[in-house]
Amino acid sequence: MLGSSVEIRNVDKFFGDFQALDKVNLQIKRGEFFSLLGPSGCGKTTLLRIIAGLEYPDSGDVLFDGISVVSIPANKREANTIFQNYALFPHLTVFENIAFSLRLKKMSENEIREKVEKLINLVRLEGQENKKPIQLSGGQRQRVAIARALANEPKVLLLDEPVSALDAKLRQELLLELDNLHDQVGITFIYVTHDQAEAISVSDHVAVMNNGRIVQIGTPYEIYESPADRFVATFIGETNLMKAEVVDVNDEFIRVIAKGLGEFSCYKDKEVSKGDKILLTLRPEKIKISTKPLEGINSFHGVVEEEIYMGYQTKYFVRLDEGYILKIYKQHVNYLLDEKIIHWKDEVFVTWNPNDSFIVEVEKG
Amino acid sequence: MNPGKFSRLITFLILIFFYIPIFVVIMFSFNASKSPVWVGFSFMWYKELFTSSYTIWKAFLNSIIVAISASFVATVLGTLGAIGLYWGKFKGKDYIWIISYLPLIIPDIIIGVSLLIFFVFIKMKLSLLTIFIAHVTFSLPYALMIVFSRLQDFEYSIIEAAYDLGATEEIALFKVIVPISFPGILAAFFMSLTLSIDDFVITFFVAGPGSTTLPLKIYSMIRFGISPTINAISTLMLVGTIVMSIFMRKYLRYIF
Repeated sequence: MLGSSVEIRNVDKFFGDFQALDKVNLQIKRGEFFSLLGPSGCGKTTLLRIIAGLEYPDSGDVLFDGISVVSIPANKREANTIFQNYALFPHLTVFENIAFSLRLKKMSENEIREKVEKLINLVRLEGQENKKPIQLSGGQRQRVAIARALANEPKVLLLDEPVSALDAKLRQELLLELDNLHDQVGITFIYVTHDQAEAISVSDHVAVMNNGRIVQIGTPYEIYESPADRFVATFIGETNLMKAEVVDVNDEFIRVIAKGLGEFSCYKDKEVSKGDKILLTLRPEKIKISTKPLEGINSFHGVVEEEIYMGYQTKYFVRLDEGYILKIYKQHVNYLLDEKIIHWKDEVFVTWNPNDSFIVEVEKG
Repeated sequence: MNPGKFSRLITFLILIFFYIPIFVVIMFSFNASKSPVWVGFSFMWYKELFTSSYTIWKAFLNSIIVAISASFVATVLGTLGAIGLYWGKFKGKDYIWIISYLPLIIPDIIIGVSLLIFFVFIKMKLSLLTIFIAHVTFSLPYALMIVFSRLQDFEYSIIEAAYDLGATEEIALFKVIVPISFPGILAAFFMSLTLSIDDFVITFFVAGPGSTTLPLKIYSMIRFGISPTINAISTLMLVGTIVMSIFMRKYLRYIF
């Protein structure tokens, strides 16, 4: 099996007065695991349905391998969907569910049996062939849905929040399986989810959507580490947002002054000039926290206002001397023998590398 | 008296209230006399029913022909209508829905009269055909409602999945929609069958000479004095109904 590349060109979609998609442009490479990530109502499912052919764009074009498929209906398009609720045929057995598209192609009984058995092995459903969907667990149903979609030998597999109905533990397992499956079958996967952790952990590229628009496209690393705007910064993971004013500009770094923080340095990832008002994002795990004074360009002193023990890490909310409350995540690693565990009301020193903050908004001053 | 005993007593009394008349009919069908006084056990009325009651059997046959054909047509139309009303997107859907189930509420006598006037108006001879048309007319809303309620059980994405996997609309209809809603369709058919066999008022208006159905026949017999053969045929029909309801027990939940 070989995947197709998928291209979305200037797609608009309206439902009555509501604009679900607004000039969406997207290029997905052949064989990629691509995620559409966004909050509910952002248009990600509508876009997936347009790619599947279950919905038609009001304007714009959808291309598979450079050829427009807008006029090809869903039943002829080389894309298959795994629906959020799996949409298995309740009156058919697991075997017949998977064989559905093969029977429509009028394959011989032997060919069908051979192919379905192969798929059943692929999704590890041996021994469940004659059960009805109602007799299966959530995870098994999802596997049937995957096998049924793959039976049609699509070039693009569309997954609409396929693991959202499962419990957390199973979700992780199936996500990993999906990733392995993607490596095995080699076709293009387009994965829709509202869960940033899912999207980040399995995708080659992620498109973050909000209000019918694509806000940022990038690798999971780019999306998380250098968010394009305030929405992406807050939607994906947690972050500290700081309003600041530029007081000095160098080649690579700028000096800013912020209310509640004072003056500090940060990386110039966007063109700014003196007097501009900017919004900075800084991930909580990038900040170092200690009871002893720390070396660094951006060093602050404060008091632990809140401490949340999470097991694998602790979340601290530190009130800096000038008033800003900084969110900090600390892993439980002790490098020094005498390192003391930080608790509520402790006086602490914090520092971060100027490279770790990013400018997400600029307002010319 | 504790509440448990009380409610048991009430249940018992209600069941007696329901079933005593039916029990009386069964009892007198085995009575060895024409008068409604118990004389002794006998099969004489069954014998008469099977040997010298040609007109009753003729009427019974008419009832069966009309019931099966009208129920079949009403179920097919009702199923298609329910699918259209449930998933179709068109203007005035709400109004079509209302006029579809209105015949459930309109009194039989009005339907009967209006059908009669209509048949006279289009100069159609009253016969089994007019009875068939009338029965399709009043069964259709029931069939539609029953299938419609069954469709509410499954999600549209199942049909989309069928399209997605290469099915045309016809294949989706016959391989997915109809099989999944089959219990509802069967329930609609049985409901129509019961309504049709049972109907007196509407049939009374649209029946012509030589097209007497069983309820009409029984009514006309009563006018010449009660013959216990009526008790016999009633008992037989009762047995038939009980057998049928046991057979379709698993589908009954789609009616109620």
